[in-house]
Amino acid sequence: MAASDTETTETITTNMDLLRFATAGSVDDGKSTLIGRLLLDSKSIFEDQMEAVEATSQSKGYDYTDLALLTDGLRSEREQGITIDVAYRYFATPNRKFIIADTPGHVQYTRNMVTGASTADLGLVLVDARQGLTEQSRRHAVILSLLRVPHLVLAVNKMDLVDYSQEVYEKIHAEFTQFATKLNIPDLEVIPISALAGDNVVNRSENMGWYSGPTLMHHLEHVHVASDRDLIDARFPVQYVVRPKSDEHHDYRGYGGQVAGGVLKPGDEVVVLPSGMTSKIAGIDLFDQEVTEAFPPMSVTVRLEDDVDVSRGDMIARVKNAPQPSQDIDAMVCWMTTAPLKPRQKLAIKHTTRNARALVKDIQYRLDVNSLHRDQETKELGVNEIGRVTLRTTVPLLCDPYSKNRTTGSFILIDEATGITVGAGMINNAG
Amino acid sequence: MPETHADYRLSQLDQLEAESIHIFREVAAEFEKPVLMFSGGKDSIVMLRLAEKAFYPAKIPFPVLQVDTGLDFPEVLATRDSWAERLGLRLIVASVDQAIADGIVVDDGKTSRNRLQIGTLLNALEEGQFTAAFGGGRRDEEKARAKERVYSHRDEFGQWDPKMQRPELWSLYNGRLHEGEHMRIFPISNWTELDIWDYIGREGIEIPSIYYSHQRRVFERDGMLLSENDLNPLRAGETVTERTVRFRTVGDLSQTGCVESDADTIEKIIEEVAVARVTERGATRGDDRFSEAAMEDRKKEGYF
Repeated sequence: MAASDTETTETITTNMDLLRFATAGSVDDGKSTLIGRLLLDSKSIFEDQMEAVEATSQSKGYDYTDLALLTDGLRSEREQGITIDVAYRYFATPNRKFIIADTPGHVQYTRNMVTGASTADLGLVLVDARQGLTEQSRRHAVILSLLRVPHLVLAVNKMDLVDYSQEVYEKIHAEFTQFATKLNIPDLEVIPISALAGDNVVNRSENMGWYSGPTLMHHLEHVHVASDRDLIDARFPVQYVVRPKSDEHHDYRGYGGQVAGGVLKPGDEVVVLPSGMTSKIAGIDLFDQEVTEAFPPMSVTVRLEDDVDVSRGDMIARVKNAPQPSQDIDAMVCWMTTAPLKPRQKLAIKHTTRNARALVKDIQYRLDVNSLHRDQETKELGVNEIGRVTLRTTVPLLCDPYSKNRTTGSFILIDEATGITVGAGMINNAG
Repeated sequence: MPETHADYRLSQLDQLEAESIHIFREVAAEFEKPVLMFSGGKDSIVMLRLAEKAFYPAKIPFPVLQVDTGLDFPEVLATRDSWAERLGLRLIVASVDQAIADGIVVDDGKTSRNRLQIGTLLNALEEGQFTAAFGGGRRDEEKARAKERVYSHRDEFGQWDPKMQRPELWSLYNGRLHEGEHMRIFPISNWTELDIWDYIGREGIEIPSIYYSHQRRVFERDGMLLSENDLNPLRAGETVTERTVRFRTVGDLSQTGCVESDADTIEKIIEEVAVARVTERGATRGDDRFSEAAMEDRKKEGYF
């Protein structure tokens, strides 16, 4: 029974779009309370989950129901009352589904925040209105900007505790806007809220008549993310060669992959990298249908007109618009393991669908994520530190600057002995 | 089929599908011996559909493993067989009864079939020397799952160590293993229960009939409606009545409750799910209700 010959149903989520956002902050900022509020007010918390949280709050002798218990998933976290890992949450409103990457805020968890931000369309930074901008909130903004998260929301929380003062909000707004000029933040929204009382989270606050901007939920629902993708520079990393080896599809040879950039169409003249062979797209298949075009993030199978040699790790691009294969990589690296990263170290590297080995040629500087100071004296990166690193790879990588394409501009570093992911890289330049 | 819009918008369901297909292909390309763990439930059927799409027109390039608890619903086994035949799958059945007979797991009369599955499953993975096992876990199901990676590393004892999870960035998955270790792969991590139902509706695919409303002889235990069955003897005070019910999850029939429902079509099920106030596991799975950390504990031991 194939889908194409059966009647199918158009249903609730079919036309919904998707927003992935990352939250950063600590329990003190009211982050868990805010997430609990979003889930609760969008009716995404179920009765049994709420009952479990109420029961636990009572047995611990709390005066109120601790919404943070909804999100702290692991026993050790519940015991310590802290979040130690990235947790993913889901909720939906009629037009949009949301995936929250909920990350801990303290400096020792920078790697978790980097992880959560890597897939995010939007970053949500919380500050406590009473305290104003802190080192921590600046660091969060720096990381979101490094990871090129295109939209940023600064939620000024606990407005109820500063008498909903416009002055307090304006001061934080001005201070942050000033700081943000040093960063790469294309879209910023500063929203005064109270997660506990519910002001401007889902419902417009009656206590802040002076604020005319959107509520947090309204902004999340309407922020335009479709144009954040690169629809110009065609990039198709080949993932898997589809060869049926059956009588019915004897001559079929297709290249499975997920479009990383641009729009691919049948008839397009393409180049296969790194070999440099050229051909034309004969057809693009999505399961048993042929499609007229493919764009990010579609997973499709591309067929070429000529019988050129293509395998996993290769990239299909346009003849006049292709990445330059390079073995010399200049990148910002977030280091994620206790033993420091040092020059001369050898690591495994995974970039798109390509695996190679990399030699650390140089650590140019360590970036202080609080002050943006570049420390050129320290020639190593410790856990949770970010720095500019030069690598030499065993085979050419087919990459773009991370600022142009988050898929073809990113890589992970793997310790060859333990097999653990130890670093995340964002490419500045190749060549 | 996905519509390509003038503004190159892809619906969230199409985005989820694309992400899952990417994961299936990545695993097939990088692991020596993958296997798909098939429970017969709606989530594993959606996985089969996604795997079918990922490799079409080639066949799915790995076998399918099912743990037969001996307490499976016959309707579920029928659906399994129909899918296996249509897709030409290689089906491996690991039987809990056989594992008990072979002394691989011990049935002390108190342990649920769900728990005995763990040993049976680990043994089957070890015997088949599988290096990657696809599971249908979703992060919206339960708090411990919310923190699990798409590629979830298991040591040589099949255990999950939540504190030693590898960071997972962008769509770059790290599949490195040492001898004897394996990876659990969760291609539908980001799907919710509603997404699954919407997808089943959109694709028009076959699922076990017990998901649809039907007449069934049931009895109440611990606030759940369980199916009358010889393998599930009544306790004192329990009485059987016939009701109009359907199942929201599919597990072993001694532990899986049904809910009263008139939803006999996909459309009606989706409506029901959209307004549900209790999680599917909370409503109908005795095995998850014992403690707040029940799922975390079973996962550490090697549960799906």
